[in-house]
Amino acid sequence: MKTTLGLRVNGEDHDLIVPVHKTLLEVLREDLGLTGTKHGCELGECGTCTVLVDGTPVLSCLALPVELQGHQITTVEGLAGGGHLHPLQVAFTELGAAQCGYCTPGILLAAKALLDRTPTPTRQEVAESLAGNLCRCTGYLKILEAVELAAARMRGGRGEGDGR
Amino acid sequence: MSGNGYRFIGRPWAKVDGPAKTTGETHFADDLILPRMLYGKLLRSHLPHARLKRLDVSRARALPGVHAVIVGTDLPVRFGIMPSSQDEEALCLEKVRYVGDPIAAVAAADEETAERACEAIEVEYEPLPAVMTIEDAVGETEVRVQEYGDGPVPNVHKNVSLEFGDLAGGFAEADHIREDVFFFQGNTHLPMEQHSAVGQVEANGRLTLWTSSQTPHYVHRALAKVLDLPMARIRVIATPVGGGFGGKSDPFSHEICAAKLAMLAGRPVKITLTREEVFYAHRGRHPVLMWIRTGVRRDGRITACHFKTFLDGGAYGSYGIASTYYTGALQTVTYTIPAYKFEGTRLWTNKPPCGPKRGHGTPQPRFGIEIQMDKLAADLGLDPAAIRLVNATVPFTRTVNHLRITSNGLRECIDRVVTASGFREKHGHLPDGRGVGLAISTYLSGAGLPIYWNDMPHSEVQIRVDRGGGVIVSCGAIDIGQGSDSVLSGIVAEVLGLDPHEISLVTADTDLTPIDLGSYSSRVTFMAGNAAVEAAQKMRDLLLAAVSEHLEIEPDDLAVGDHRIHHRAASDRGVSFPEAAALAEAMFGTLTTVGSYRPPKLAGPFKGSGVGPSPAYSFSAAVVGVRVDRGTGDVRVDQVWIAHDIGRAINETLVIGQIEGSVYMALGEALMEEQIFRKGLHKIPSMLEYKSPTFLEMPPVETILVNTDDPEGPFGAKEAGQGPLLPVIPALANAVYDAVGVRIDEIPISPDKVLAALEQKRQGGEGRVGPRGVPRFTFRDPIKVAPPAGWETPWRAGAPIAGGEKGLPLTLHTGTDRTDARPRTREPRATAEDI
Repeated sequence: MKTTLGLRVNGEDHDLIVPVHKTLLEVLREDLGLTGTKHGCELGECGTCTVLVDGTPVLSCLALPVELQGHQITTVEGLAGGGHLHPLQVAFTELGAAQCGYCTPGILLAAKALLDRTPTPTRQEVAESLAGNLCRCTGYLKILEAVELAAARMRGGRGEGDGR
Repeated sequence: MSGNGYRFIGRPWAKVDGPAKTTGETHFADDLILPRMLYGKLLRSHLPHARLKRLDVSRARALPGVHAVIVGTDLPVRFGIMPSSQDEEALCLEKVRYVGDPIAAVAAADEETAERACEAIEVEYEPLPAVMTIEDAVGETEVRVQEYGDGPVPNVHKNVSLEFGDLAGGFAEADHIREDVFFFQGNTHLPMEQHSAVGQVEANGRLTLWTSSQTPHYVHRALAKVLDLPMARIRVIATPVGGGFGGKSDPFSHEICAAKLAMLAGRPVKITLTREEVFYAHRGRHPVLMWIRTGVRRDGRITACHFKTFLDGGAYGSYGIASTYYTGALQTVTYTIPAYKFEGTRLWTNKPPCGPKRGHGTPQPRFGIEIQMDKLAADLGLDPAAIRLVNATVPFTRTVNHLRITSNGLRECIDRVVTASGFREKHGHLPDGRGVGLAISTYLSGAGLPIYWNDMPHSEVQIRVDRGGGVIVSCGAIDIGQGSDSVLSGIVAEVLGLDPHEISLVTADTDLTPIDLGSYSSRVTFMAGNAAVEAAQKMRDLLLAAVSEHLEIEPDDLAVGDHRIHHRAASDRGVSFPEAAALAEAMFGTLTTVGSYRPPKLAGPFKGSGVGPSPAYSFSAAVVGVRVDRGTGDVRVDQVWIAHDIGRAINETLVIGQIEGSVYMALGEALMEEQIFRKGLHKIPSMLEYKSPTFLEMPPVETILVNTDDPEGPFGAKEAGQGPLLPVIPALANAVYDAVGVRIDEIPISPDKVLAALEQKRQGGEGRVGPRGVPRFTFRDPIKVAPPAGWETPWRAGAPIAGGEKGLPLTLHTGTDRTDARPRTREPRATAEDI
C-alpha cells in the first residue's frame, strides 16, 4: 500500500508517493537521492543512519516517514550552509576524525545535536552522547577531540589544532 | 618534527578526502543508483553441511518483477584468492559447507521482490554431519568438509613444518625451558559498510563492476576466470571502502553474481549484503590453538623455540595457506632465536571461511609468545622489559628463518614506552586490582611476493601535468580509510612543491589506473609511495629542465619551492608552477611520467619462504594499564601507551589515526569480540550481540612515533596500519596478571574467565584459564634449513644505507631535500632490483 506524504528535509519540501512501510532511511536514499545518510545494520544497532528530526538524533532505519510530516529533518547534506562547512565538518577533516568516513555522517549529526543543546560538553558527555554510534576505524579519540575543537570554535574561541 | 626540510612529510595535515567524507559527497558502492538498475539477492544455506539434492527455481523465475535467476551450474568455474586453493563456487554446485554458503541468486525490480524470489526457490538438502572445531577436524576420520587437503587426516587444508638451526642443541644449551598452550578465539572485521557491488554490461558487451573491495585487481582476475571473459573486456572500479580491515580482500560470490546477473538481464544489478550476511562472508581472524616450547639461558637469552599452531580455517581456503605460514613467520623478527622450529596446520570446519584480518595470522602467535615471555621473565626473576631487550633484534641483520631486517627501532620503542608509562615503577607495585603489562611486535610493510606468481611491479603510478598546472595522479591503490589517497597526494605534492589538496586523484579503476595489487599486507604506503616518489621525481626533472633553459640557470642551481621553481640563492628569480608546466609542455610535449615499485627478491631457499619477507618491518611496543574488578571479573583499561617505529610518517595525522584505530581494534579482540557458533549456527550475527567497544570503553592512548628512516621506504616510511594492533592484546593479558595474579591464556578475556581463574586460585589452584593441551596430530617431517651465513651480525652496523647484498644508492628513495633537487637521467628508471 502506498501513501502520499510531504517531507521537509534540509529546509526543502518534498511531495512523495511511497509504500507506507518504507523507512526514512530508504526514502532519503532511494526517493530523495540523499545518499549521504549511510546504513550499517538497518536494525537500529549501529547508529550509522542517524539523522536529526527537529534537532533530535533519530535512527532513520527505524523511523517511518508517514509519522514525520510537519517535522524538520536534517541530513548530512544539510549540515553545511551558505557555502561554509559546519565547524564540526572542518574539525573532523583537520584532525582525521573521519577515516573510511562511513560512520561519519551519523556521528556528525549526533554531535551537532549535542552541541546545539550543550555548547560546553565535558569529554564524558560527548562520549555518552555518541556512544550509540559505532566506528571501527578511528578508535573514537580523534572524534572526541574534533567535537571539542568544533565546540570551542562555535563558542567563539579559537581552539587548538592544525589549521591546515 | 619541524626543521626536517619537508613541507608535508613527517608533519600532521588534513586528509585530502576529509571534505567529501564529512559532507556525504563520497559515494560508496551502495550509494550508486544507475538507470534501470535491478536489485540482487543471494539465497544462502541454512545448514552447516549438506548435499544439495534438488534445486528448483521455476517458481522464482515466474514471479512478476524477477529478471534473472542463477544457480551453481551457471557459474561452474571455481575461484579463490590463492592460486593453490581455487575451491570456491560463486553458487554451490553439489554441497553447502557452512550456514550462509550461497546457493542461488536473483535480480528483480526491487529488493522485496528479490527477497520473495529467494523464498520461492525450492531446495532439498541431504544433511551431513558438521565439523565445527579444531578438535573435531583433527579427530574426524570419515566426514570431509573439502575434497582436497594436505593430510594426514581428511580435514587438513595445510600441514607445514620448518626447522631452522640446531633445535636439539639449542634446547640442550638452555638453563630453563617452558611449555605453554594458548588459544586465540576467532573474530571478525565488522566494517561499518556492508559489502556491495554493482554490475553493468554495455551494449558492446564490456562488463563494469563497482565494488567495495580492497583488491580490485584480484577481483578483476577472478571475474575473468569465472565469467570466461578476457580481462580486457572487464573493468573493475573499487569504490571508496567503508572499512575493510582485511574483510574485503577476497573475490566474493556477490561480486561475481552481480556481474553475471547484469549480463543475463541486460541491466545494471546491485547486490548489497545485509549485516547478517557480512558475518557469513567473514574471512576474519582464524581461531588458533598454539603450543610453544622455549628455552632460555639464566639471563633470559633465548636458545631455541618450537612453535606449533592449529588454525580453524572454516570451509574454504581464502588466504589460509598464507595465514598458516604467518602464524610461524615473524616471531624471529622481534626476538633473536638461534634455533627455531615451526609446525602449523590449517583445518577445514563447517564455518564461514577465515582469512586476513588486521595483522593477518600474526596476532595469534604474538599473543602466545608475548605472554610466554612474561612467564619466562617471572620464572627467571627478570623484569619483562629486560627479557625483551636482551633478545630484541637489531638493525640490518637477518633472522634464522632468512628474513632480512633493515631499519629496526624495536629497542627504542621498548625504552620509550617503558619510560612514558612508568612501567618499571608500576609493574608489581600497583595496588591490588590494578596492573600494567608490556608486549612488543613487528609487522610487514607489504608482502615481498604477490599473490600469484609474476615478475611485474606491485605498484605503479602515472602523473600527468596539464598546461594550467593541474596535476593528475593515477594509481590502482584503493583508499579504505587508511589514507592511501592522502599518501599519494602528499608525496607528489612534496616533490613538486604543491599542496596535497590540490592534486587530482584517479584511483582503483582497472581501465584508468596502472596497477596496484591492493590495500592488504600494509603495502600501499611503501609500494605505491615508492612508485609515486619515482614518478614525481621524473616530473620534477622535466619541469626543472624547462625552467633551466628558460631562465638560463643551471638545473643544479634551481630549487622547488612553494608553488614555484626558482634560483636556489635568489628566490625572486623563478617562475610559478603553472608557468613551469607550460614551459615544460612546450619543450617535451604531453607531460606524463610513470613510476613503479617491485620489492627486492627476499625469499629464502626453501618451500614456504615466500610468506614473511617484506622490504621493511615496522616495530611496536605497548604498555596497557588495567583495573580488574575482583567482584565482577570486569576488566577496564585505564590507558594505553604505544611506541611505533614508523620509519618516517608521510602524514603524522594519518599515522596516529592508524595507531589509535589499531589499539581500539586490539582492545575489542582482547576483551569482547568473538565469532562463535552453536550447533552449526553463528551465535551472534548482529552488531548488537557481536560486542565491540563504544566511545565509553575507549581509554586514552599515548602514541610515541619512533623515526628510523628506512633506507628503502618512500621518504623513509614504513607501515602503520596493522603492526600497532599486535602488542596490545598480550600486553592487556599481562596487565591482568599484574593486577590480580591470574593468567587468562585465551581471548577474549571476558569477566566469566577472570572470575573462574580467581575462584580457582582461591581454592589453591594455579589461577589460570586457557587450553590444557593440543590434540595429537602428525605434522610433516620438517624441511630443515641452515640459517643464512652471518645472520646475526649486522652487515652495515649503524650505517644509514639500504639493505640487500648490493646496497642501494643513498638518494634512491629520498625526497626533495635540497641536495636531491637536481635533474636525473631521463631514461626510464629501472626498479630497485636492477640498480
